[in-house]
Amino acid sequence: MNPELTLKDDEWAIVRLRMLYRQYGYTYYKMSEFEEYDLYVRNKNFLNTDNILTFTGADGKLMALKPDVTLSIIKNTKDGQGALQKVYYSENVYRPSPTSRDYREIMQVGLECIGELDLWAMAEVVLLAARSLETISGQYLLDLSHLGFVAGLLDQAQVKAEERTELMALIGKKNVPALKQACERLGMEADMARDLCRLATMYAPPAQALEPLREMVRNRKMAWALSELESVCTLVGDVGSHLRLDFSVVNDMNYYNSLIFRGYLPGLPSGILAGGRYDNLLKKMGKSSGAIGFGVYLDLLERVEPKGDSYDADVLLLYGPDTSPAQVARAAGEHRRAGFSVRTERQIPPGLKFRWIKEVG
Amino acid sequence: MDLINIALPKGRLGEKVYQIFEEVGYECPSIREENRKLIFENPKLGVRYFWVKPSDVPIYVERGAADVGVAGKDILLEYLPDIYELCDLGIGKCRMCVAGKKDFYDTMGRTLRVATKFPRIAKDYYASLSRNIDIIKLNGSIEIAPILGLSDVIVDIVETGKTLLENDLEPKETIVAISARLIANKVSYKFKNQEITTLCGRVEQFCRLREEQSKNTAG
Repeated sequence: MNPELTLKDDEWAIVRLRMLYRQYGYTYYKMSEFEEYDLYVRNKNFLNTDNILTFTGADGKLMALKPDVTLSIIKNTKDGQGALQKVYYSENVYRPSPTSRDYREIMQVGLECIGELDLWAMAEVVLLAARSLETISGQYLLDLSHLGFVAGLLDQAQVKAEERTELMALIGKKNVPALKQACERLGMEADMARDLCRLATMYAPPAQALEPLREMVRNRKMAWALSELESVCTLVGDVGSHLRLDFSVVNDMNYYNSLIFRGYLPGLPSGILAGGRYDNLLKKMGKSSGAIGFGVYLDLLERVEPKGDSYDADVLLLYGPDTSPAQVARAAGEHRRAGFSVRTERQIPPGLKFRWIKEVG
Repeated sequence: MDLINIALPKGRLGEKVYQIFEEVGYECPSIREENRKLIFENPKLGVRYFWVKPSDVPIYVERGAADVGVAGKDILLEYLPDIYELCDLGIGKCRMCVAGKKDFYDTMGRTLRVATKFPRIAKDYYASLSRNIDIIKLNGSIEIAPILGLSDVIVDIVETGKTLLENDLEPKETIVAISARLIANKVSYKFKNQEITTLCGRVEQFCRLREEQSKNTAG
């Protein structure tokens, strides 16, 4: 029997993703089921949610069902090791669904690369993000952004910290009319306001986008960000055609500081992969290394069109009150040995589909 | 070619919106026929329209059943859907206001009772003022609430202020200006990028020209 047909889409995706990460030498990281609530409360903004499922542990401590995996991994990272730590995980996380706003159990598979990161380490993670999407659908898109580039422009325009949050939210919504108004209100110079609006609307493959970005560079931060982006886009090689530069991919700058990315598949209403480089989170947790990683959220995969074989079993064996159990077992066994899936019943079960229906006895 | 699915808000606003889409080259004549159909296609131009309840437009768009849609800013502020807000159509203009009886004055001494269809907008507004309030969520005829003493004030949409006036109420504060917005599903924006940016560009240009014209005639 074909394992691909036996496993559900998300289960099959997990198998293939884990195989992929092992192929790149990542090691499996198994986490404890629960974490102390304290860990999440200190980093609420990293999680983008205030809602965490909590309960009281046996020793009276307030515990939480993991809303996130990254924080647990970072917590257990030893600082200052020479080699990179490359780990992958597949875990259930519990967080409110963005659409129904109620808690959901979400299967998350992902990886983290922690240590003294160089360009290749970053590019490899982006490459693995692209390959992860590729294992699920050939038509994926991976959006890249660089927070350093946007931050560099805002530095140049001397935008204050409290005003940045508002501007970043508008960029995230690609809301150019409101962004224009906000820039005017803040008295931003016209050419910088124009560039900020261009960043918000930009959606293009690297080959088209890099040139206009070069024209926007105004300081060292922007130049550094652009050169990182350019190098990563070149280093990922053949998956480059699936990359798009989109600066509306935003994330809290208190945690993320450079490259961030989101992955999308056609037919799904929202992104399925999210990741980025989050050195600032490590700094907050008192560590000096860099870190980049991503997670793939597999709960959305049920929405993808089901695969070819739509039969619930090949053969339905019907038996009557007078048929002996031994006869049923023998008939079913024969069919299974011939390679078919068999369901035995006294009546045809409603709603299920079978290739053949046979009677025993 | 994949069709662009467009969710239009049922009612007067939706008809004005369709007119804009028609003028910028996305006509769909079957929509003007008198019948009870809800979905209309023009495969030649690659568009499919459907009518939904105005407050449901962001839901259709957020969940990807519609690629783009038109919704009032009031609904976007109330439900905070995860979508792109691409363009301000400059129609359906009104204000989100605090209104109350003409003789009402908030002395700040008591918890303020606020009746509204928009609890999130009301809560956020009063939270920004650090004012303690009691929210009363209603689904219609909000204006009656202060008259019958159910609430001290209401938070509601005011277009001309006529309904308020006729009920002896007046607007007290403006919370935010409202108008119709073109919104898009984030994933559709990526996979149907060219179609959606073309549509958005045309609509935007049309609205800008019309705004300039109306300024000129007014000037």
